[in-house]
Amino acid sequence: MQLEYTLQIADNALILGHRLSEWCGHGPILEQDIAITNIALDLIGQARSLYQYAAEVEGKGRTEDDLAYLRIGTQFRNTLLVEQPKGNFGTTIVRQFLFDAFHFAFYQELCNSKDETLAAVAKKSLKEVTYHLRFSSEWVIRLGDGTAESHEKMQTALNDLWAYTGELFKASDADQWALENGIGVDLEVVKKFWEEKVSEILKMATLEQPADGWMQTGGKQGRHTEHLGYILAEMQYLQRAYPGQEW
Amino acid sequence: MVITKEHIWKILEEVPDPEIPVLSVLDLGIVRDVKFLDNEGIEVIITPTYSGCPAMDMIAVNIKSVLQEKGIHPVRVTSVLHPAWTTEWMTEEGRRKLKDYGIAPPVKGSFDKGALFASERTVECPQCNSSDTRMVSQFGSTPCKALYQCNSCKEPFDYFKCH
Ligand SMILES: [Zn+2]
Repeated sequence: MQLEYTLQIADNALILGHRLSEWCGHGPILEQDIAITNIALDLIGQARSLYQYAAEVEGKGRTEDDLAYLRIGTQFRNTLLVEQPKGNFGTTIVRQFLFDAFHFAFYQELCNSKDETLAAVAKKSLKEVTYHLRFSSEWVIRLGDGTAESHEKMQTALNDLWAYTGELFKASDADQWALENGIGVDLEVVKKFWEEKVSEILKMATLEQPADGWMQTGGKQGRHTEHLGYILAEMQYLQRAYPGQEW
Repeated sequence: MVITKEHIWKILEEVPDPEIPVLSVLDLGIVRDVKFLDNEGIEVIITPTYSGCPAMDMIAVNIKSVLQEKGIHPVRVTSVLHPAWTTEWMTEEGRRKLKDYGIAPPVKGSFDKGALFASERTVECPQCNSSDTRMVSQFGSTPCKALYQCNSCKEPFDYFKCH
């Protein structure tokens, strides 16, 4: 279960990091290109620390590379939100903001974990995620309260991605186990922070908060959207074609 | 000659940061400890500035090779995450070197994690010392820097972010 829990956190970071790296060289302006790839780098760095720990927890000789590059889709434990396609710049910003608000509160709670390694990763990562949340919040406001076109694109992205937010707070067996053992976080606490932050920023952005309807779930159990397969095909190609490469 | 910890620390002053070569790894505050191992050899404990800092592997290699050139081996470099690195650990000497190099050093004061729209700290232009500057982007050429521009002399410059 500890392995499962660590992988949930690591996989979110790796998959979102990979998704963001798709903007490398394609950002709307140079500063945003650099900002998004910086965030990608932070996330991939966090994933790396977590995979190293997961490999140690498992104790079966697998390495961080094996965990990132040699698992198949159904073995990934990330939430569905982070694997959604980058879309236009607005889609990427909305996806990032919805996740950052969760990620920030999640790490804040994880700092109190009884698991010293997870607490250390959380403290380190929280500093980075603070910048991420600030960046994505500012852009949600700028584009939401921008031109008629940018506003419409943001609202569309928000409506499309909303169905993937419920899963962030729906406890998996690993979440439950971790909470009961003082290792994990209380997702209800995280949810409270998230709801306040999201509603505050959307209001400033003049965007309408969608109603909670049917929520898509399954990522934490390995049931993914079709998009994950394409990500893995690209991300794992090198390691599968030329086995034994290292980070 | 008996090698002491002081010798080791002295030698580490010569190991530059690969991305900001005017700074040594000691100026940056990323070397946390030096230990003598029972089976001879030494261990240098470092901590990353950012989780994804691509320079860390390079730094470990540089530490090993500089020490080995001085006849100190085997050297093991271990990376720890806790306690998390902070710009408060940067030395005064390091801050001065940064400014001379054209990068504004981190403004002192602890990292306020809660503040989402905190008022920007005043960052002085490293060229003309004007405090009339503006942030262009929170993210700069490396994870540790933000991009600023001076309203007085118009020069763009890097700011080493508080962390
Ligand atoms: Zn100036």
